[in-house]
Amino acid sequence: MSPDRLIYMANQIGKYFESQHRQNAVDGIADHLRKFWDPSMRRTISAYAKNGGEGLDPVVLQAVRALSGVGPT
Amino acid sequence: MPLIQETDYGTPVSKAEKTVTLTIDGVKVTVPEGTSLMRAAVDAGIQVPKLCATDSVAAFGSCRLCLVEIKGRNGTPASCTTPVAEGIEVSTQTERLKQIRRGVMELYISDHPLDCLTCAANGDCELQDMAGAVGLREVRYGYAGENHLDAAKDESNPYFTFDPSKCIVCSRCVRACEEVQGTFALTIDGRGFASHVSAGIDQDFIESECVSCGACVQACPTATLMEKSVIDIGQPEHSVVTTCAYCGVGCSFKAEMRGTEVVRMVPYKDGKANHGHSCVKGRFAWGYATHRDRILNPMVREKISDPWREVSWDEAIGHVASEFKRIQAKYGRTAVGGITSSRCTNEETYLVQKLIRAGFGNNNVDTCARVCHSPTGYGLKETFGTSAGTQDFDSVTEAEVVLIIGANPTDAHPVFASQMKRRLRAGAKLIVLDPRRIDLVRMPHVEASHHLQLKPGTNVALITALAHVIVTEGLADEAFVRERCDWDEFQDWAAFVAEARNSPEAVSAITGVPADAIRAAARLYATGGNAAIYYGLGVTEHSQGTTMVMGMANLAMATGNIGRRGVGVNPLRGQNNVQGACDMGSFPHEFTGYRHISDDVTRATFEALWGVTLDAEPGLRIPNMLDAAVDGSFKAIYIQGEDIAQSDPDTQHVVAGLENMECVVVQDLFLNETANFAHVFLPGSTFLEKDGTFTNAERRIGRVRKVMPSRSGMADWEITVAISNAMGFPMHYAHPSEIMDEIAELTPTFAGVSYDKLDALGSVQWPCNEAAPEGTPIMHIDHFVRGKGHFVITEYVPTDERTGPRFPLLLTTGRILSQYNVGAQTRRTDNVVWHHEDLLEIHPHDAEQRGVRDGDWVRLQSRAGGTSLRAKITERVAPGVVYTTFHHPETQANVVTTEFSDWATNCPEYKVTAVQVSPSNGPTEWQSRYQGISEHNRHIADAAE
Repeated sequence: MSPDRLIYMANQIGKYFESQHRQNAVDGIADHLRKFWDPSMRRTISAYAKNGGEGLDPVVLQAVRALSGVGPT
Repeated sequence: MPLIQETDYGTPVSKAEKTVTLTIDGVKVTVPEGTSLMRAAVDAGIQVPKLCATDSVAAFGSCRLCLVEIKGRNGTPASCTTPVAEGIEVSTQTERLKQIRRGVMELYISDHPLDCLTCAANGDCELQDMAGAVGLREVRYGYAGENHLDAAKDESNPYFTFDPSKCIVCSRCVRACEEVQGTFALTIDGRGFASHVSAGIDQDFIESECVSCGACVQACPTATLMEKSVIDIGQPEHSVVTTCAYCGVGCSFKAEMRGTEVVRMVPYKDGKANHGHSCVKGRFAWGYATHRDRILNPMVREKISDPWREVSWDEAIGHVASEFKRIQAKYGRTAVGGITSSRCTNEETYLVQKLIRAGFGNNNVDTCARVCHSPTGYGLKETFGTSAGTQDFDSVTEAEVVLIIGANPTDAHPVFASQMKRRLRAGAKLIVLDPRRIDLVRMPHVEASHHLQLKPGTNVALITALAHVIVTEGLADEAFVRERCDWDEFQDWAAFVAEARNSPEAVSAITGVPADAIRAAARLYATGGNAAIYYGLGVTEHSQGTTMVMGMANLAMATGNIGRRGVGVNPLRGQNNVQGACDMGSFPHEFTGYRHISDDVTRATFEALWGVTLDAEPGLRIPNMLDAAVDGSFKAIYIQGEDIAQSDPDTQHVVAGLENMECVVVQDLFLNETANFAHVFLPGSTFLEKDGTFTNAERRIGRVRKVMPSRSGMADWEITVAISNAMGFPMHYAHPSEIMDEIAELTPTFAGVSYDKLDALGSVQWPCNEAAPEGTPIMHIDHFVRGKGHFVITEYVPTDERTGPRFPLLLTTGRILSQYNVGAQTRRTDNVVWHHEDLLEIHPHDAEQRGVRDGDWVRLQSRAGGTSLRAKITERVAPGVVYTTFHHPETQANVVTTEFSDWATNCPEYKVTAVQVSPSNGPTEWQSRYQGISEHNRHIADAAE
């Protein structure tokens, strides 16, 4: 699936969780992706994040890396 | 089952708690205070003759047939307008009364045609019955006097006739239009002998404001207002109670039959969602079931450009199974999926998701709720703990403030709208948040206190500004919040909404709504008494649809408007079984009852009963499936009762996805737009041809009962079973009741549901289980399902769909009363007389700037695509906003809508598309090309070909 579309969707999710004061945004984003994204979508975005993740908002990039087992940088 | 004859008590029920005991014809009877003598008599088993009284409308006292005598009182009062009193003794049958009644009937009959034997109402005429009841044997006045027997018949309405020669001017139709429907289209014009029923200003019915709900026809005691189907066919001989297959109100109807032919659909008085009322769709628009366009044989083809080839059921099912197996073997287990339908029954929906999870071995199942109410599921589960509305419909009778957000109930949920209007006429206040001036903003005897006509896409900013007023002006219900909600979260939320940037003054620039209006509306919602929110797709179909749902939940919690009658947060579901389709585990991430598939305990119960290992990972949503199809990784889809090529956004992307698949299976009544790209067509059955259940917007599970044989030979659930068996995952059900038993076994909120219970109670609202054996009308009474109510920060994030020089207007879309969704059913009925094409509503200012006149063809262009349709110039829309419906495939309104969607659920942002409107000569190149493809791809080969 096209990374561009996934990047857009992930950043949308990121904006919501960034606004939630009582929840860690990285955890919230990662949890959302685990619960609602098909594994192939997660694999695609994780692979994209491993290659730099350009276009992903910083907090989203952290979440995607956490999702794939790559620690935040 | 014989013809169901419901008791007519003559006058409405009294809800008084205090009772009164009296004697009628020597029979002692105890009834609530305020009950009429007529109704008390019925309770005592005595029928007082009547003509102008019926229990759906208030007593009128005009026909003078129901007179009675009361011991110790003078005169002969009308029993319909005389209330009961303690200890009185009433006589309904005396010599004096007999004489008076005969005299009254003589007068009526002296100006009435004596054509009983050839009259369509023969056998179902109250005038005829009353002539018999009073013993009318002669008419002393003769028939030669001045009369109305030559009055012209009005046959303008496609579904019923109005024959004034048979009218007794009892006003039942006028009162039904006012009290039951709330349209006020009828009146009695003239006086004395000249008095007559007038539609509009003495217009034909079709030209008047009449909305063809059928309330007048039902109320008419003679053949004056008569269904054309009864005139054509004759009186029905048996009836079956079932549930309407149109909107989410879920009205109960009696399908009145002659053999296997439907004579008419009559709203059922005991229906708990509709209480005997109906709309033009449910009451009259069922002719699609026998329309010539119905496909009755399975069909297959190699390529979508090939003509369809009719085949046997065995060949079609075998082909589906072999293709899905081939594709999974070649491309992998997850290369296939399916879509359940909000128009099919719970049992059918359940089976499709079961087939996909267990038979296909993945979770690539989704439902059409994806494109309408998926944010409701997410938002209400997050805040309250349950993905459903909080109230029953009757709760509105105790609301003192009604807040309608992004919904148009009089068009999309008309029967509930009638109940709501009744409450508003009785004094409840109304606030409307909508970019468009819906009818409820101002209509006969209803006027909104506030219409916040916001700019499309700014819902979240507005709901937060309303919260700002409530918090900063000290209007929150702190005691409720402390007891029922997470207090720390509330404080965080309160601090957020109180920020100056969320004030009405700041938000006014974003929403276009004056700050004073926002403040006044917020004060009314918070302080006006019981306040109830009703909302529709104008909330959900946005990039922040889920945030808005949670914003409304915040508002209800902060003001304590949740957990009792008259309040709540209530989604108005578009299709008949949106709620049910969601309940049945149609979403890729959850099982029935909204339990996540990753939950090991839940999954184990399904694995144990189904005898397979299930995937613990979420599957693809509809837009994800289409994206994956375009990318080449998703290759086959089984679509039950859904037309994604017309209803889903960005049509050209949808088409590209479908064209890229190797096997598209469409199961539907008609060759819909999606079928243009299908390789297998499986003919479905209408709701009249199968058994099952629908769940309406108030969580009410109602029975759908088969009234005629399936025209294609298989009910939809049987087709899914056949596919599953052919795929190697056997299913064994003899009747849908067995499927419901399985659902109940696996789903805690349905644990107490069975066909036996539904037959006994009529319907039941989930949760229905040991804790609530007869269901749950109101949710979250003592505590939220999730425990403490969860406040969510609702930061406004503007949509990326922006206006600019190229696309300066905002398009928003919606529905109209006479048509239903993509119109597949209603376009195949006479409802097209009211709406035979989609129109573009445009403000006079915008039209003038573009040189567009009313009725002109205009091109509607967005960055996604363009279409052409005719313009309707109206001030219903604000300057800068245009509006259209999506009922007609010729228009393809979704060619224009974009790929933007809700952040949490991917629900498309139908309600905000930046567009330009310009004069046009006719259909666009896309429309012409698509029309050609559509005609070619619908071709069915002759047997000899």
